[in-house]
Formats: sequence, C-alpha cells, structure tokens
Amino acid sequence: MKWCHVRDVLDFNRHRGFFIDGAGDGVKFSMFSSAGRALLLLLLLLLDCAADRSTERNYEYTKYHPMPEISAWMQQMVEENPGLVSSEVYGTTYERRDIMFLKIGVDQDGVQKKAIWMDCGIHAREWIAPAFCQWFVKEMLLRYKTDKKVGEMLNNLDFYVTPVLNVDGYMYTWINESTRLWRKSRSSPPESCSCPGVDLNRNFYANWGMIGVSRNCCDNTYCGAKALSEPEARAVTEFVGNRSGEILCYLTIHSAGQLLLMPYGHPQIWAPNYDELMRVGQAAVRAMGSVHGMEYRVGTSPDLLYPNSGSSRDWARLIGIPFSYTFELRDKGQFGHKLPEDQIQPACEEAFEGARVIITYVHDKAFHNRTDIGAAGMAAALWTSMLASCLTTMLLV
Amino acid sequence: MPVEELDPSHYPATRAAKVAEHFINTRYGSPFAWFGSSGVKKAGLEDMGVLGTKYHIEFTLKEMTRNVKSSVILYDMGLCSAEVLFHRADERKPPQVQCTCSGAFQVNTSAEEEDLYQRLRNATSLLSGNSVGHIDPEMAPFWHLGGVASSFIMLRESNESTLLNMAHIDNFTQMTKDAQLMFQYDILLHDMVSQEILKWKLLLSWSPDGGVKVLEAEWDPKCRSCERAHLTVTTGIAAEQEMKGDNNNV
Repeated sequence: MKWCHVRDVLDFNRHRGFFIDGAGDGVKFSMFSSAGRALLLLLLLLLDCAADRSTERNYEYTKYHPMPEISAWMQQMVEENPGLVSSEVYGTTYERRDIMFLKIGVDQDGVQKKAIWMDCGIHAREWIAPAFCQWFVKEMLLRYKTDKKVGEMLNNLDFYVTPVLNVDGYMYTWINESTRLWRKSRSSPPESCSCPGVDLNRNFYANWGMIGVSRNCCDNTYCGAKALSEPEARAVTEFVGNRSGEILCYLTIHSAGQLLLMPYGHPQIWAPNYDELMRVGQAAVRAMGSVHGMEYRVGTSPDLLYPNSGSSRDWARLIGIPFSYTFELRDKGQFGHKLPEDQIQPACEEAFEGARVIITYVHDKAFHNRTDIGAAGMAAALWTSMLASCLTTMLLV
Repeated sequence: MPVEELDPSHYPATRAAKVAEHFINTRYGSPFAWFGSSGVKKAGLEDMGVLGTKYHIEFTLKEMTRNVKSSVILYDMGLCSAEVLFHRADERKPPQVQCTCSGAFQVNTSAEEEDLYQRLRNATSLLSGNSVGHIDPEMAPFWHLGGVASSFIMLRESNESTLLNMAHIDNFTQMTKDAQLMFQYDILLHDMVSQEILKWKLLLSWSPDGGVKVLEAEWDPKCRSCERAHLTVTTGIAAEQEMKGDNNNV
C-alpha cells in the first residue's frame, strides 16, 4: 500500500480535466465552504486511493518481461516507495551492463540491519525465476501494511532482491527461438576453446572445479578457467561477502524440477546445521504443496539431482550464512524452462509460501529466539495471507 | 538377488521413473495421449552382476494432454510398477523396461485419433508448423505427437546418468498422406544432469492402428569437434532394427 499524497491527487485530477485550483473550466474550489473543501478533498483522496496507479499493482506480473521493462519496473518501485525501497548497482556484467538489486525494508536512519538475500536468473533460460523475484517484491510491498508479520520483518530486516543476475544471458535468451535456451554467461571463450559463456552456478569459490562440472567451454556446466572468472559471480561474492555478518539467509532462484536444494553439492560434505536446514526445508515444501497441490522435494543436490561444485548456495553457506537454499521452481519436464505464462501466477504463489516459511523462521530465530515451526504457525501464516489478499482485492475494486 | 531399498525422492529412483515414462510413451503414446511420471512411491535396486543394475519402482503416472481448465493440473492415471534394467557392460545399450500400470490408464482416444487421421488423409495440402509465437490449440496434437516421438530417442539414450525431457519442438512438416502418415520433426531435448540441450531430427510415422514409430533419427551436434560417447547418429533401417531388437526383450 502506498500513501496517497494530496499533491498527487490534485495533479491526477488536473490531468483528468477536473480543476480544483480555480484555473480553467470545471469546479471552482473557492465555490465551497472550508468544510465543503475538506470534504471534497477527502472524497478525491479516497477515489484516488481506490483508482491506484501504483506500479506494484498495475505491472503485469503474470507475463515475462524483457530486461528494459524489468529495469524500468525497478526504477518505479524505488520512486513510488521512498523509505521502503531503494536500489543499488553492485556489479557489471561481461558485456558492461549494470547488475542491480532492490533493497526492501523500512529505512532505519541508515542503520545497517540484518538482511536476507535473494537472487534470480543466474541461469538465463530460467525465466520463471526473474518473474518470481518481481512477484516477491510486489507481495512484500502489498503486505507491508496488512500483514503484521511482513510488516515486522520489513522493519527488522532488509531484503536484497536481484531480479536478474545474469543480465547478459537473460537478454540473449530474448533474441529469438534459437537463443531462448541459453544458460550460461556471455563471456568470451578461453584461447583453446571456441564457445562463449560460463555456468555462473559452477563459478563460485566453493570446492570450485571438483565435481559436477565440465572443463569444456562448450558445455553447459563449464565452470570457467578459474573460480570467479565471471564478473557476475564476483559481484555477488564482493557484496555478500562484505556483509556476511548481517546476512541471515541466502536464497537463489532457479527452474526447473520442483526442488528445494540445501548445501552442499559435494556428496561427502555436510552442513553442520543439516538437521535444521532439513526441518525448515520440509516445512517450506509442505507449504508450497498446500497452495496448488504440486509436489516439491527438499534435500541436498547430490541426493535429489546430481553432485555439483562452485554453486552460489554452497559458497554462501561456506562463508557462514546459516540458511542457504536453491529454489528449483516449476515444472517437472512437461514444459521445463519454457513454462507458459498462465503458470506464472500459481508457480509464484507456491514459491512465495515456501520462501515465506524460510524467511519467517530465520527472522523469528534472530529476533525472538524462536525455532519452532508448528502447524499453528503455518496456519496463522496462511490465514494472514488470505486476509491480506481479501483486503487487497477489496481495495482494488 | 536381494533388492536394496532406495529413497523414492532421491535421484536414482527419479531417473529410473523417467525411463519408464519414456517406455510407456513408446508403447501407448499418441497425439492424444502423452504421459509423464510424477512422484515415485517406492523404489528398490537389484544388482544384477554382469548384466547391470535393475531398478524396481512404483510411481504415479500423469497424462499431459487432457488438461481440463488450465495447464496446471495433469490428469492422474494411477500407479505403475516398472523394472528398469541399465546394462553394465555396454552403456550404449538402451535400458530394458517392463511395466504394468493400474486399470484406468489406457485412455480411449480412438475417436479423436480416427478423426484427426481422416482429416489429414483427406486434406488437400500437407501440414506443417513451427513454434514461433503463439501455438494454435488446434495444433496441440502435433506437439503431443512430437513429445511421444521424443520418448523413443530419450528411451534409447537414457542411462543412470541422464534425466531426459523434451524441451522444445522447433518445427514439424508432414511428409506424406499415405496410410502411414509421415512427419519430420526438429526437436530439442534437455538432459537435466548435464544441463545440455540436444538437437534431434526425427522422421516418424503415425496411424491409429500402427501407433507412433520413429523411422529415422539424427543428432545434430552443436560442436563438430565435440565427442559424445553415449550419443549415436543413426539413420534408416539400422535405427528401426535397433529399436525392434529392444522390444523383443521386454
């Protein structure tokens, strides 16, 4: 929800041809008594709030957007939510494009808050992931005033959300059908090889090059000539690395497979908080399944999918961020990475519930020393979100 | 041989179920019946020594074409039990599958198949389609046909280190209006394990009586100098014989 500013009301109605300040045709404000003017202003305010033009409500979240539209949306989010949304460029891609996040959280006079990190689109063809980051931002902003828990979390935490990490790759997939299924970055190949791009999710400094990678630059799991050879991976490493003390949770969004993957990608290495990660992960996939009946599984990558190394999730856990998960969103092979737009909403709805379970747990553990995930807790979360949806719908009418 | 119990949510079980799914499509698939596996319920592993590794699995089968209102809900076809044998000695040898599914699974699509078949036989021109832009719902049976035909290739190319799905149909062209209708397809397969996209050209035939058959299949490597030991380029009679040979064992 946004505050409706009086100036905006006047501007908006001026554009409609309804002049309030007495100039031109239309109703002359001076015609009314002071009480009448107050009442008229209140009426206009209510009408304006009802006809909400905010981008968070009017952007088409159920369509896939090319990069320029996503960048414009990010700018609007910042402009329309001062004190709540800001943005920062934290790196540059191989092709010299900005890598940007939105920082969502109530600005506490510049105090460095604890934070949660979410990045989407590290693999270019996984379009549902950037769609989810945008959806996530929208949901958090819509619920800020209506959902007590979300409000509390936005007060206590900052959320760093990168809608598209692999900007070069994502833009490449938008060129035509033959480029649509590109996965890697777009960096130039090393001397001995001829194909561009590195698998960014094999390029992080986490058992780099050990397992589940290819040394052939033409392959889709090519880990690069060395760890952090790619500027996109370096950007995340530098920003998150400098704040590893504040960042409580690292979420990286992918498709497909309907999985929630925990560290580590190496079959012989276990996270010290494996049990806790599993417990929270199981609650998350239960919540995801309860939305539309889709089956999600939780576990380590070597158990559920394949061993791998150099992933951003592993690196985040290794530097001490206690909660680190990879979300693999819909589907399980019917459409794969080319998930139809009519599935964006249900896919995002269930992913949001999964993410919400994790971030709520992380928040409550840090701020209330609470580590129980009861059925009651989940029911309360579902009830609050239903209530929020009802209220939002009513306001939109 | 003792059967070692497997975690049904772990990858060995899911990869075996995917192979069984491809097998079912080669046997029972059509433009109006395209099957997917969804959720393994039980899994076991039997070491067959020199022969290879045999997976015993129970999984739910879904039918992917009769989405009623949205593309979200897949039609539940009940439980299937399968035995999937991956050969040890020669990894290039396709896996052997035996499979039985619960009663309701064989959908009666003969009316729709006959209707489509007659329309194609009596049409004045040959049909073709590509995937650029919006796909006309009337063309959906041809996308399903491509999916089913892909399963022939994916069955043959599967091993314990692959998880193959059809990623995309670039285009298809109807080649004949004979009793056995023939189509050429350009398709992309995706292997989840290597994350590679594999480009295949298929020549297939279909009729309501004869079902779907892949006559020729050619793999188009993106990098001519790259060697892929587990993939083969085959054409014509050799391919058909290879596939017939597999059928005799199941």
